Amino acid sequence: MASLRDIKTRINSTKKTQQITKAMEMVAASKLNRAQVLAESYASYAEKIRDVVASIASTNTADASHPMLEARSVKKTAYVLIFSDSGLAGGYNANLIRDFLAKMEERHSSSEDYGVIVIGRIGSELIKKRNIHVFGEITGIPDEPTFADIKKVTSQAVDLYAKEEVDELYVWYNHFISPIQQQVTETKLLPLSNLSEQVEVKQMYEYEPSAEAILEQLLPQYAESLIFGALLDAKASEFGARMTAMSAATDNAESLIDELTLSYNRARQAAITQEISEIVGGAAALE
Amino acid sequence: MPTIKVNIVTPDGTVFEGDRDMVSVRAQSGELGILPGHIPLVAPLSIDAVRLKKGTETELVAVSGGFIEVRPDKVTILAEAAELPSDIDVDRANAAKKRAEERLARAKQDNIDKKRAELALQRAMTRLKVAKG
Repeated sequence: MASLRDIKTRINSTKKTQQITKAMEMVAASKLNRAQVLAESYASYAEKIRDVVASIASTNTADASHPMLEARSVKKTAYVLIFSDSGLAGGYNANLIRDFLAKMEERHSSSEDYGVIVIGRIGSELIKKRNIHVFGEITGIPDEPTFADIKKVTSQAVDLYAKEEVDELYVWYNHFISPIQQQVTETKLLPLSNLSEQVEVKQMYEYEPSAEAILEQLLPQYAESLIFGALLDAKASEFGARMTAMSAATDNAESLIDELTLSYNRARQAAITQEISEIVGGAAALE
Repeated sequence: MPTIKVNIVTPDGTVFEGDRDMVSVRAQSGELGILPGHIPLVAPLSIDAVRLKKGTETELVAVSGGFIEVRPDKVTILAEAAELPSDIDVDRANAAKKRAEERLARAKQDNIDKKRAELALQRAMTRLKVAKG
Protein backbone atom coordinates (compact mmCIF):
# COMPACT_ATOMS: atom_id res chain seq x y z
CA MET A 1 0.00 0.00 0.00
CA ALA A 2 1.16 3.52 -0.86
CA SER A 3 2.41 5.56 2.06
CA LEU A 4 0.23 8.17 3.72
CA ARG A 5 2.33 10.99 2.34
CA ASP A 6 2.12 9.66 -1.25
CA ILE A 7 -1.65 9.52 -1.08
CA LYS A 8 -1.86 13.02 0.41
CA THR A 9 0.28 14.39 -2.46
CA ARG A 10 -1.95 12.74 -5.05
CA ILE A 11 -5.08 14.13 -3.43
CA ASN A 12 -3.62 17.63 -3.48
CA SER A 13 -2.53 17.46 -7.10
CA THR A 14 -5.91 16.07 -8.19
CA LYS A 15 -7.61 18.92 -6.35
CA LYS A 16 -5.49 21.44 -8.25
CA THR A 17 -6.35 19.81 -11.57
CA GLN A 18 -9.99 19.90 -10.61
CA GLN A 19 -9.77 23.63 -9.94
CA ILE A 20 -8.33 24.17 -13.39
CA THR A 21 -10.90 22.05 -15.23
CA LYS A 22 -13.65 23.76 -13.29
CA ALA A 23 -12.35 27.18 -14.32
CA MET A 24 -12.08 26.05 -17.95
CA GLU A 25 -15.63 24.80 -17.82
CA MET A 26 -16.89 28.17 -16.66
CA VAL A 27 -14.83 30.05 -19.24
CA ALA A 28 -16.23 27.83 -21.99
CA ALA A 29 -19.76 28.39 -20.72
CA SER A 30 -19.43 32.16 -20.91
CA LYS A 31 -17.80 31.97 -24.34
CA LEU A 32 -20.64 29.75 -25.49
CA ASN A 33 -23.09 32.47 -24.50
CA ARG A 34 -21.23 35.06 -26.51
CA ALA A 35 -20.92 32.71 -29.49
CA GLN A 36 -24.67 32.30 -29.50
CA VAL A 37 -25.20 36.07 -29.46
CA LEU A 38 -22.85 36.39 -32.45
CA ALA A 39 -24.69 33.66 -34.30
CA GLU A 40 -27.95 35.53 -33.75
CA SER A 41 -26.65 38.79 -35.16
CA TYR A 42 -25.34 36.89 -38.17
CA ALA A 43 -28.68 35.16 -38.70
CA SER A 44 -30.47 38.40 -39.59
CA TYR A 45 -27.88 39.12 -42.28
CA ALA A 46 -28.05 35.61 -43.71
CA GLU A 47 -31.82 35.59 -43.78
CA LYS A 48 -31.98 38.91 -45.58
CA ILE A 49 -29.46 37.97 -48.22
CA ARG A 50 -31.17 34.61 -48.79
CA ASP A 51 -34.53 36.36 -49.31
CA VAL A 52 -33.12 38.55 -52.04
CA VAL A 53 -31.19 35.75 -53.76
CA ALA A 54 -34.24 33.52 -53.67
CA SER A 55 -36.52 36.17 -55.08
CA ILE A 56 -34.15 36.83 -57.96
CA ALA A 57 -33.53 33.15 -58.59
CA SER A 58 -37.20 32.25 -58.60
CA THR A 59 -38.71 35.16 -60.54
CA ASN A 60 -36.15 35.63 -63.28
CA THR A 61 -35.39 32.13 -64.38
CA ALA A 62 -35.00 33.19 -67.99
CA ASP A 63 -32.40 35.94 -67.91
CA ALA A 64 -30.81 35.36 -64.52
CA SER A 65 -28.52 32.43 -64.91
CA HIS A 66 -25.21 32.25 -63.13
CA PRO A 67 -22.53 29.53 -62.94
CA MET A 68 -23.03 29.40 -59.18
CA LEU A 69 -26.63 28.33 -59.63
CA GLU A 70 -25.97 25.59 -62.15
CA ALA A 71 -24.57 22.17 -61.40
CA ARG A 72 -21.78 21.08 -63.72
CA SER A 73 -20.11 17.71 -64.10
CA VAL A 74 -17.87 17.12 -61.11
CA LYS A 75 -14.18 16.50 -61.65
CA LYS A 76 -12.79 17.95 -58.48
CA THR A 77 -14.38 18.84 -55.16
CA ALA A 78 -13.23 21.22 -52.46
CA TYR A 79 -14.10 20.83 -48.78
CA VAL A 80 -13.86 23.53 -46.17
CA LEU A 81 -13.16 21.89 -42.79
CA ILE A 82 -13.71 23.80 -39.60
CA PHE A 83 -11.65 22.59 -36.63
CA SER A 84 -10.66 24.31 -33.41
CA ASP A 85 -7.35 25.97 -32.57
CA SER A 86 -6.92 24.35 -29.19
CA GLY A 87 -7.69 20.90 -27.84
CA LEU A 88 -9.34 19.82 -24.60
CA ALA A 89 -12.72 19.79 -26.30
CA GLY A 90 -13.61 16.12 -26.07
CA GLY A 91 -14.29 14.47 -29.40
CA TYR A 92 -14.81 17.75 -31.22
CA ASN A 93 -11.92 17.46 -33.67
CA ALA A 94 -11.61 13.67 -33.66
CA ASN A 95 -15.24 13.10 -34.66
CA LEU A 96 -14.97 15.54 -37.53
CA ILE A 97 -11.81 14.07 -39.04
CA ARG A 98 -13.04 10.49 -38.60
CA ASP A 99 -16.39 11.12 -40.30
CA PHE A 100 -14.74 13.18 -43.01
CA LEU A 101 -12.13 10.54 -43.88
CA ALA A 102 -14.74 7.78 -43.90
CA LYS A 103 -16.91 9.77 -46.28
CA MET A 104 -14.00 10.55 -48.57
CA GLU A 105 -13.09 6.88 -48.75
CA GLU A 106 -16.62 6.12 -49.83
CA ARG A 107 -17.11 9.01 -52.23
CA HIS A 108 -13.80 9.45 -54.04
CA SER A 109 -11.74 6.72 -55.66
CA SER A 110 -8.51 8.71 -55.54
CA SER A 111 -7.20 11.48 -53.32
CA GLU A 112 -6.64 13.59 -56.43
CA ASP A 113 -10.37 14.09 -56.80
CA TYR A 114 -10.62 16.44 -53.88
CA GLY A 115 -8.81 19.05 -51.85
CA VAL A 116 -9.42 20.83 -48.59
CA ILE A 117 -9.33 24.25 -47.01
CA VAL A 118 -8.63 23.93 -43.31
CA ILE A 119 -9.64 26.32 -40.55
CA GLY A 120 -8.04 25.73 -37.14
CA ARG A 121 -4.60 24.62 -35.97
CA ILE A 122 -5.62 21.14 -34.79
CA GLY A 123 -7.16 20.44 -38.15
CA SER A 124 -4.14 21.52 -40.13
CA GLU A 125 -2.00 19.15 -38.03
CA LEU A 126 -4.42 16.27 -38.55
CA ILE A 127 -4.59 16.83 -42.31
CA LYS A 128 -0.85 17.30 -42.76
CA LYS A 129 -0.21 13.69 -41.79
CA ARG A 130 -2.39 12.45 -44.61
CA ASN A 131 -2.03 12.51 -48.32
CA ILE A 132 -4.64 15.20 -48.96
CA HIS A 133 -4.22 18.24 -51.15
CA VAL A 134 -4.53 21.46 -49.12
CA PHE A 135 -5.75 24.52 -51.04
CA GLY A 136 -5.33 26.77 -48.06
CA GLU A 137 -5.45 27.00 -44.31
CA ILE A 138 -6.03 29.55 -41.63
CA THR A 139 -5.23 29.28 -37.93
CA GLY A 140 -5.59 31.49 -34.90
CA ILE A 141 -9.23 32.39 -35.37
CA PRO A 142 -10.31 34.42 -32.33
CA ASP A 143 -13.04 33.08 -30.04
CA GLU A 144 -15.37 35.79 -31.22
CA PRO A 145 -14.62 35.80 -34.93
CA THR A 146 -15.51 38.68 -37.22
CA PHE A 147 -16.10 38.30 -40.90
CA ALA A 148 -12.80 40.04 -41.67
CA ASP A 149 -10.93 37.25 -39.80
CA ILE A 150 -11.88 34.61 -42.34
CA LYS A 151 -12.43 36.76 -45.42
CA LYS A 152 -9.19 35.37 -46.89
CA VAL A 153 -10.34 31.74 -46.96
CA THR A 154 -13.94 32.47 -47.91
CA SER A 155 -12.81 34.45 -50.95
CA GLN A 156 -10.34 31.72 -51.82
CA ALA A 157 -12.99 29.02 -51.60
CA VAL A 158 -15.46 30.90 -53.75
CA ASP A 159 -12.68 31.84 -56.21
CA LEU A 160 -11.75 28.18 -56.66
CA TYR A 161 -15.28 27.51 -57.77
CA ALA A 162 -15.57 30.64 -59.92
CA LYS A 163 -12.35 29.77 -61.78
CA GLU A 164 -13.61 26.21 -62.27
CA GLU A 165 -10.68 24.68 -60.45
CA VAL A 166 -13.26 22.81 -58.42
CA ASP A 167 -16.81 21.95 -59.41
CA GLU A 168 -18.37 21.58 -55.99
CA LEU A 169 -17.78 23.20 -52.64
CA TYR A 170 -18.79 21.68 -49.32
CA VAL A 171 -18.29 22.77 -45.74
CA TRP A 172 -17.77 20.32 -42.86
CA TYR A 173 -18.27 21.41 -39.28
CA ASN A 174 -19.77 20.46 -35.95
CA HIS A 175 -23.33 21.72 -35.85
CA PHE A 176 -24.45 22.97 -32.45
CA ILE A 177 -27.50 21.14 -31.14
CA SER A 178 -27.03 21.65 -27.41
CA PRO A 179 -24.02 22.12 -25.12
CA ILE A 180 -23.81 18.34 -24.74
CA GLN A 181 -24.61 17.42 -28.29
CA GLN A 182 -22.84 18.38 -31.50
CA GLN A 183 -23.38 16.83 -34.86
CA VAL A 184 -20.80 16.55 -37.62
CA THR A 185 -22.52 18.16 -40.58
CA GLU A 186 -21.76 18.42 -44.26
CA THR A 187 -23.37 21.28 -46.17
CA LYS A 188 -23.16 21.87 -49.89
CA LEU A 189 -22.31 25.50 -50.59
CA LEU A 190 -21.80 25.63 -54.34
CA PRO A 191 -23.50 25.28 -56.69
CA LEU A 192 -26.32 26.87 -54.74
CA SER A 193 -29.36 24.67 -55.03
CA ASN A 194 -33.05 24.70 -54.16
CA LEU A 195 -32.90 28.32 -53.08
CA SER A 196 -36.38 29.09 -54.28
CA GLU A 197 -37.80 26.12 -52.40
CA GLN A 198 -36.35 27.18 -49.07
CA VAL A 199 -37.91 30.59 -48.89
CA GLU A 200 -41.31 31.75 -49.92
CA VAL A 201 -40.92 34.85 -52.03
CA LYS A 202 -42.21 37.91 -50.28
CA GLN A 203 -41.32 40.69 -52.61
CA MET A 204 -40.79 41.48 -56.29
CA TYR A 205 -37.99 43.90 -57.07
CA GLU A 206 -36.73 46.19 -59.75
CA TYR A 207 -33.12 45.36 -60.56
CA GLU A 208 -30.64 48.11 -61.16
CA PRO A 209 -28.86 47.68 -63.56
CA SER A 210 -29.97 44.06 -64.17
CA ALA A 211 -30.73 40.84 -62.33
CA GLU A 212 -27.58 39.29 -63.76
CA ALA A 213 -25.31 42.07 -62.56
CA ILE A 214 -26.78 41.72 -59.09
CA LEU A 215 -26.33 37.95 -59.01
CA GLU A 216 -22.73 38.52 -60.06
CA GLN A 217 -22.12 40.39 -56.81
CA LEU A 218 -24.69 38.79 -54.58
CA LEU A 219 -23.93 35.10 -55.03
CA PRO A 220 -20.24 35.21 -54.05
CA GLN A 221 -21.18 37.41 -51.10
CA TYR A 222 -23.86 34.91 -50.12
CA ALA A 223 -21.61 31.87 -50.47
CA GLU A 224 -18.91 33.55 -48.39
CA SER A 225 -21.38 34.48 -45.71
CA LEU A 226 -22.50 30.84 -45.50
CA ILE A 227 -18.95 29.80 -44.61
CA PHE A 228 -18.90 32.45 -41.91
CA GLY A 229 -22.23 31.16 -40.63
CA ALA A 230 -20.82 27.63 -40.43
CA LEU A 231 -17.81 28.99 -38.51
CA LEU A 232 -20.04 30.69 -35.95
CA ASP A 233 -22.05 27.50 -35.53
CA ALA A 234 -18.82 25.52 -35.16
CA LYS A 235 -17.51 27.96 -32.54
CA ALA A 236 -20.65 27.48 -30.45
CA SER A 237 -20.18 23.70 -30.78
CA GLU A 238 -16.54 23.99 -29.78
CA PHE A 239 -17.36 25.80 -26.55
CA GLY A 240 -20.22 23.42 -25.88
CA ALA A 241 -17.92 20.43 -26.39
CA ARG A 242 -15.22 21.99 -24.24
CA MET A 243 -17.70 22.81 -21.50
CA THR A 244 -18.98 19.22 -21.46
CA ALA A 245 -15.49 17.72 -21.58
CA MET A 246 -14.30 19.93 -18.73
CA SER A 247 -17.38 19.23 -16.67
CA ALA A 248 -16.77 15.47 -17.10
CA ALA A 249 -13.12 16.01 -16.12
CA THR A 250 -14.20 17.88 -12.99
CA ASP A 251 -16.57 15.04 -12.05
CA ASN A 252 -13.85 12.45 -12.64
CA ALA A 253 -11.46 14.41 -10.45
CA GLU A 254 -14.13 14.52 -7.75
CA SER A 255 -14.61 10.73 -7.72
CA LEU A 256 -10.84 10.18 -7.82
CA ILE A 257 -10.45 12.46 -4.81
CA ASP A 258 -13.19 10.49 -2.98
CA GLU A 259 -11.44 7.21 -3.69
CA LEU A 260 -8.06 8.52 -2.64
CA THR A 261 -9.48 10.03 0.54
CA LEU A 262 -11.01 6.65 1.38
CA SER A 263 -7.74 4.81 0.94
CA TYR A 264 -5.95 7.59 2.86
CA ASN A 265 -8.30 7.09 5.79
CA ARG A 266 -7.92 3.31 5.61
CA ALA A 267 -4.16 3.62 5.64
CA ARG A 268 -4.32 6.01 8.58
CA GLN A 269 -6.66 3.65 10.46
CA ALA A 270 -4.40 0.69 9.75
CA ALA A 271 -1.41 2.61 11.06
CA ILE A 272 -3.24 3.50 14.28
CA THR A 273 -4.47 -0.08 14.77
CA GLN A 274 -0.97 -1.37 14.26
CA GLU A 275 0.44 1.09 16.78
CA ILE A 276 -2.17 0.12 19.41
CA SER A 277 -1.55 -3.60 18.96
CA GLU A 278 2.17 -2.97 19.25
CA ILE A 279 1.66 -1.10 22.53
CA VAL A 280 -0.71 -3.78 23.85
CA GLY A 281 1.72 -6.48 22.75
CA GLY A 282 4.61 -4.66 24.41
CA ALA A 283 2.67 -4.24 27.68
CA ALA A 284 1.67 -7.94 27.68
CA ALA A 285 5.29 -8.97 27.26
CA LEU A 286 6.28 -6.98 30.38
CA GLU A 287 3.76 -8.71 32.67
CA MET B 1 -43.06 64.16 -42.88
CA PRO B 2 -42.82 60.47 -43.72
CA THR B 3 -39.62 58.68 -42.85
CA ILE B 4 -38.05 55.48 -44.04
CA LYS B 5 -36.61 52.70 -41.88
CA VAL B 6 -32.92 52.16 -42.50
CA ASN B 7 -31.01 49.02 -41.60
CA ILE B 8 -27.32 48.50 -42.31
CA VAL B 9 -26.45 44.86 -41.71
CA THR B 10 -23.10 43.02 -41.89
CA PRO B 11 -22.22 39.40 -41.03
CA ASP B 12 -20.95 40.75 -37.68
CA GLY B 13 -24.33 42.23 -36.83
CA THR B 14 -26.42 45.34 -37.34
CA VAL B 15 -24.35 48.50 -37.69
CA PHE B 16 -27.15 51.02 -37.99
CA GLU B 17 -30.86 50.97 -37.41
CA GLY B 18 -33.20 53.96 -37.41
CA ASP B 19 -35.70 56.19 -39.22
CA ARG B 20 -34.38 58.74 -41.70
CA ASP B 21 -35.84 61.19 -44.21
CA MET B 22 -33.63 60.22 -47.10
CA VAL B 23 -30.86 57.79 -47.97
CA SER B 24 -28.36 58.46 -50.71
CA VAL B 25 -25.96 55.81 -51.94
CA ARG B 26 -23.62 55.35 -54.85
CA ALA B 27 -24.77 52.27 -56.73
CA GLN B 28 -22.55 50.78 -59.40
CA SER B 29 -24.81 52.32 -62.02
CA GLY B 30 -24.79 55.78 -60.42
CA GLU B 31 -26.04 57.87 -57.52
CA LEU B 32 -29.34 56.84 -55.96
CA GLY B 33 -31.42 59.01 -53.64
CA ILE B 34 -34.13 57.12 -51.84
CA LEU B 35 -37.14 58.75 -50.26
CA PRO B 36 -40.02 57.04 -48.48
CA GLY B 37 -42.38 55.28 -50.89
CA HIS B 38 -39.70 54.23 -53.36
CA ILE B 39 -40.51 51.22 -55.56
CA PRO B 40 -38.94 47.91 -54.48
CA LEU B 41 -35.41 47.83 -55.85
CA VAL B 42 -32.18 45.88 -55.52
CA ALA B 43 -28.85 47.37 -56.62
CA PRO B 44 -25.19 46.58 -56.01
CA LEU B 45 -23.21 49.36 -54.31
CA SER B 46 -19.80 50.85 -54.91
CA ILE B 47 -17.37 51.22 -52.04
CA ASP B 48 -18.33 54.63 -50.74
CA ALA B 49 -20.01 56.56 -47.96
CA VAL B 50 -23.76 56.13 -47.52
CA ARG B 51 -25.48 59.38 -46.53
CA LEU B 52 -28.42 59.27 -44.16
CA LYS B 53 -30.43 62.51 -43.88
CA LYS B 54 -32.69 63.49 -41.05
CA GLY B 55 -33.90 67.10 -40.91
CA THR B 56 -30.85 69.22 -41.60
CA GLU B 57 -28.38 66.66 -40.34
CA THR B 58 -26.51 64.18 -42.48
CA GLU B 59 -24.76 61.11 -41.15
CA LEU B 60 -22.13 59.19 -43.06
CA VAL B 61 -21.55 55.46 -42.90
CA ALA B 62 -18.61 53.81 -44.67
CA VAL B 63 -19.81 50.78 -46.63
CA SER B 64 -17.55 48.27 -48.42
CA GLY B 65 -19.65 47.32 -51.40
CA GLY B 66 -22.50 44.92 -50.87
CA PHE B 67 -25.95 45.87 -52.08
CA ILE B 68 -29.04 47.82 -51.20
CA GLU B 69 -32.53 46.42 -50.96
CA VAL B 70 -35.32 48.98 -51.07
CA ARG B 71 -38.97 48.53 -50.09
CA PRO B 72 -41.49 51.37 -49.89
CA ASP B 73 -41.10 51.73 -46.12
CA LYS B 74 -37.71 50.17 -45.56
CA VAL B 75 -34.13 50.29 -46.82
CA THR B 76 -31.69 47.50 -46.04
CA ILE B 77 -28.02 47.69 -46.90
CA LEU B 78 -26.22 44.36 -46.80
CA ALA B 79 -22.45 44.67 -46.87
CA GLU B 80 -19.48 42.62 -45.76
CA ALA B 81 -18.25 45.56 -43.71
CA ALA B 82 -19.75 48.88 -42.62
CA GLU B 83 -18.57 51.43 -40.07
CA LEU B 84 -19.99 54.45 -38.31
CA PRO B 85 -17.61 57.43 -37.99
CA SER B 86 -17.03 56.61 -34.31
CA ASP B 87 -15.90 53.05 -35.15
CA ILE B 88 -13.27 54.04 -37.67
CA ASP B 89 -9.62 53.76 -36.77
CA VAL B 90 -8.14 56.73 -38.61
CA ASP B 91 -4.51 55.65 -38.13
CA ARG B 92 -5.27 52.24 -39.55
CA ALA B 93 -7.12 53.69 -42.52
CA ASN B 94 -4.20 56.05 -43.20
CA ALA B 95 -1.77 53.14 -43.06
CA ALA B 96 -3.99 51.08 -45.37
CA LYS B 97 -4.18 53.97 -47.80
CA LYS B 98 -0.42 54.35 -47.88
CA ARG B 99 0.07 50.62 -48.35
CA ALA B 100 -2.45 50.49 -51.18
CA GLU B 101 -0.81 53.45 -52.93
CA GLU B 102 2.60 51.81 -52.73
CA ARG B 103 1.19 48.61 -54.10
CA LEU B 104 -0.52 50.45 -56.95
CA ALA B 105 2.72 52.14 -57.88
CA ARG B 106 4.51 48.78 -57.97
CA ALA B 107 1.88 46.58 -59.59
CA LYS B 108 1.49 48.25 -62.95
CA GLN B 109 1.25 45.03 -64.93
CA ASP B 110 -0.29 42.47 -62.64
CA ASN B 111 -4.02 42.86 -63.04
CA ILE B 112 -5.33 41.07 -59.97
CA ASP B 113 -2.94 42.80 -57.60
CA LYS B 114 -3.72 46.11 -59.13
CA LYS B 115 -7.43 45.59 -58.80
CA ARG B 116 -7.06 44.50 -55.17
CA ALA B 117 -4.93 47.51 -54.36
CA GLU B 118 -7.46 49.79 -56.01
CA LEU B 119 -10.27 48.33 -53.93
CA ALA B 120 -8.19 48.61 -50.75
CA LEU B 121 -7.40 52.22 -51.60
CA GLN B 122 -11.07 52.96 -52.16
CA ARG B 123 -12.03 51.40 -48.84
CA ALA B 124 -9.37 53.41 -47.01
CA MET B 125 -10.40 56.67 -48.70
CA THR B 126 -14.05 56.03 -47.87
CA ARG B 127 -13.21 55.40 -44.22
CA LEU B 128 -11.14 58.58 -44.02
CA LYS B 129 -13.89 60.60 -45.67
CA VAL B 130 -16.49 59.27 -43.25
CA ALA B 131 -14.25 59.76 -40.22
CA LYS B 132 -13.74 63.42 -41.14
CA GLY B 133 -17.51 63.84 -41.60
